[in-house]
Parts: sequence; C-alpha cells; structure tokens
Amino acid sequence: MSAVMISKKAASRRWEKLPGKNTFCCDGRVMMARQKGVFYLTLFLIVGTCALFFAFECPYLALHLSPAIPVFAILLFLFVMAMLLRTSFSDPGVLPRALPEEATFIEMEIEAANANVPAGQRPPPRIRNVQINSQIVKLKYCYTCKIFRPPRASHCSICDNCVDRFDHHCPWVGNCVGKRNYRYFYLFTLSLSLLTIYIFAFDIVHVVLRSVDSGFVNTLKETPGTVLEVLVCFFTLWSVVGLTGFHTYLISLNQTTNEDIKGSWSGKNRVQNPYSHKNIIKNCCEVLCGPAYPSVLDRRGLMVEELPTSASLDGPTASSSSSKNSIAAAQSTKTTAPLIPNEHTPEDVKPGIAASLEKSHTSEEERMPTPLNTPCKSPTQDRGPSSPKEKVQKL
Amino acid sequence: MATEFHNLHDLRQGTSLATKVFIQRDYSDGTICKFQTKFPSELESRIERALFEDTVKTLNSFYCEAEKIGGQSYLEGCLACATAYIIFLCMETQYEKVLKKISTYIQEQNEKIYGPRGLLITDPIERGMRVIEISVYEDRGSSGSSSSRSSSAASSTR
Repeated sequence: MSAVMISKKAASRRWEKLPGKNTFCCDGRVMMARQKGVFYLTLFLIVGTCALFFAFECPYLALHLSPAIPVFAILLFLFVMAMLLRTSFSDPGVLPRALPEEATFIEMEIEAANANVPAGQRPPPRIRNVQINSQIVKLKYCYTCKIFRPPRASHCSICDNCVDRFDHHCPWVGNCVGKRNYRYFYLFTLSLSLLTIYIFAFDIVHVVLRSVDSGFVNTLKETPGTVLEVLVCFFTLWSVVGLTGFHTYLISLNQTTNEDIKGSWSGKNRVQNPYSHKNIIKNCCEVLCGPAYPSVLDRRGLMVEELPTSASLDGPTASSSSSKNSIAAAQSTKTTAPLIPNEHTPEDVKPGIAASLEKSHTSEEERMPTPLNTPCKSPTQDRGPSSPKEKVQKL
Repeated sequence: MATEFHNLHDLRQGTSLATKVFIQRDYSDGTICKFQTKFPSELESRIERALFEDTVKTLNSFYCEAEKIGGQSYLEGCLACATAYIIFLCMETQYEKVLKKISTYIQEQNEKIYGPRGLLITDPIERGMRVIEISVYEDRGSSGSSSSRSSSAASSTR
C-alpha cells in the first residue's frame, strides 16, 4: 500500500509565531508584556478608589456643592482609563527581527569591514557610526534581533524585543513605553495626577463640610471609604505627580528615560542631544503632537501553512515521521544564535551553526522563522488576504 | 490589477531568485524615515542609476510627507486627544493615507520599471521600515510560463 499525501492547510495569524516574550489577546489586536500582575494592581487601585469616591463622596457633594463635581470626575476617570488601556495594549514600536537574508547581508557587510583585522585578534565591537545634525551617534548591533538598532532604539530584555525610541519598560502599565505609546503614557500620568489631586481635594472638602454638621469622628464612621481614598491618594500623589514632572522635563528636552539614565547627552565630553530642537515648545510639539506612527509589526496577517500529512497504512513509522514533519513545520524556529559565531555565542551552539549554514544553502525555506517567505512569491502574497485597513495596525 | 500581478507571476516562472539587495536607512537627518540613495553595486548591470535614485527619492519624499509636523498633524493630534483617541478607530491618520500611496507607487514601479528588468521591490513596511529589499531574479533560460497556470494565488492577495 502506498502512502497518500494529503496537504492540509492550517491558517494562523502571524502573532502566534512572533518571537519575543509578549502576550497577545483578541486575536493579535492587544499586545502586552508577559508579567501583568502589577498592571492588574494599577487597574484595581484606580477603579477601586474611584468607585469609593463615587459611592461615598459624590452624592453628598453633588447635593451640597454642585452636580458638576461627579460629572467632571467621571469624565476624568474615563480619560485616565482610556489612556491606560491605550498605553498597555498598543504596540510600543517593536522592530521586527531581521529575516535570514537580511541578517546574512548585514553579517557579510560586517565581515567585509573587519577584513583587515589580523587573524587571532578579537574583531572590533559591532558599531556603526552615523552623523546626525553634525553629531556622531553610534548604532549598536543587536545580537538577538540581528539588526543595527536605529538611533534611540533599545532592546528590552523583559519583552525580548528592540523597541524604537525606547523610553522604559513600565510594569505598572504592563508594557514597554516607546515611540508609539509614549504620548499615551504621558497623558495617562498627567490625567492620573489630576484625578488624584481632584479626589484628594474633594475628600478633604467633603470631610470638612460634613464635620461641621456631624463632627469629625462621626463623619469618618458614615463614610469609611474616605480614609482609604485619602491614604491611596496621598501615596499616589508623590509618585505620580513626580513622574509627570520628570517626563515633562524629558519632553521639553526631547530625551528618553533610557538616555537620561545612561547619561547619553550629559557631561562635557559627551555628544549633545542631536534630536532636540533647542526650543521647548518645538520639542513638546514633536513628542505630543507628532504624527501617529503605524505599527510595523505584522500581528494580524494570515499565514497559511502546508502541513503534509500522509494517510498511509504502511505502519507506525511512516505516520510518526510525517507527524514529526508537520510539528516541525508548525513550530516557529527561534533563531537566537548568530549565523557567524562570535564572542557572544555559547560554546555548545557553535558546532550546530556550521551544520545549519550548510543546511541553509540547500533548504532556505525550512530555516525561516516565518515559514512562508518563499522567494518566488510576491511579497504581498505572504500577508494573505488581509484588507488594507488591517495591513496598517491601529493599536 | 490581478492581470498585472499575473504577468509578474508569469515573469518569475522562468526565473529564480539570485540575490537580495538591502537599501539601508539614512539617519543623517535624525530619526525620520529616509533611505540611502547610494546605488548598490549588485544592481549596476540591471537598472539605470537615475531610475533607481528617482524611486528612492520619491519614497523618501512620501515618508517626509507622512511624518511632517505641521498644521494637519497638530489638528489631528489635538482632535484625537480631545476624544481620548477613540477617533482613531474610525478615522484614517495622515500616515496611513501616505502608506497607501506608497504601496500603490511601489506596485506601479514594480510593474513598469523593475519587473521587466527582473527585479522586485518589497514595501519597506513589510521589513519594519528598516530596509528597502530588492530581489534580483535571474533568467533560468526556460521557455516562459504556461498560460493555463491559475492566477488564483496571485489574485487572492488583493
């Protein structure tokens, strides 16, 4: 009996095969870091405190002062939540990893540049110098993503991605803060500061007003939520207002937290910030009112994989080997080792690299992290029947 | 549009991928999206320098238009902020509009100029806006394509 090959097509979205340590929800529309515990805490604190405020303070204040108070509080709360969710769920500006051909091309360029290093001597670190606004900026090579990082990009070790205009990884929002979501992050801290000050102020007003009628201790007994709110707001105020102030300072200088911490532009012997317009208003406008950058990470594109399954009756050996093939085809191959070993390659991987270099020349398709970039197809075929709107990611 | 794709697909039936050339980003003006206009040596025998430079310069001007910080981007930003960015779910941003223009332009260039010379430009957005990938195809010497080959694979992408 002969084996009959039946090709099954399994359609999956690209986010399922993306390298990096992100979690995806809603079929790739939502993108977050792996650890989300602190994010849930943030949500709980904001929603909980506001719920207490609406339950205990608002009825009294609406009656005795003005109904505009709870209305404004609701609007502010909704804005804070919108900014928080936008920051947490959107792509911060992740740079997709280099496909094998691009990685090989870059490696060849580096080899050509290092050709005049005498044998036995350590090759120089992989750095490219570019001149930006008459300042020399060094671009570092990322061994994980196999690219020379654009200026201001940095590799986040928690998410295992290179992020463009990397600011920092914020556990409170459960995501990196980068080019695409920095303004949402800033508006989140700003609006949260306003909300905290608002709730704190009206808590005090409420306690004072009520104490005039009922006395201080009775007031606290009638509205026990007030104590909790005041505590949360008091501690939040110092941190969030401080953070907002710090980011306002960074924006006015067009710097990122990452650059500030590393001291990239400070000090006499260092390069001056080449990205600053030397004008506070221009810097603020660029960061906050600049264009909304699209996501370059294709999360929702369709990938159709051919899974050769054999419907043979020959015996267990044939079917087990074909099922192994299908598993190999379906699994994403994470290329973490560079194609050419260097000082960073772990010792046990080096023999494997030589073997893989041999294989890659013969069967290029199998080695690709995204299994479908077969050279003869037109580039748009890889993305599947995605609509133009889906092509450019919204979040 | 499906027929033109069919032609490109047919063209590549008798060809095989020889190499890929990657045009890198030009960071001399900062972090804005701009590609180097330096003519790669691998394309010397395949395409005229002027045509190549014209393509890259046009792409650069498109990206410059997309990232322009001016009246329209301010208006867009302020309006979006006032609606807590919910308006982005219904509205197309300036950048997205320009990206569509770029995609149409690249397709046009592929059909008219690069395809007939055995080259294919990949839209930079599919490579993370890092490089312009130009695939170089070489004629295998086989006798063209069979017309009965279905173009369903090509037409299903649009």
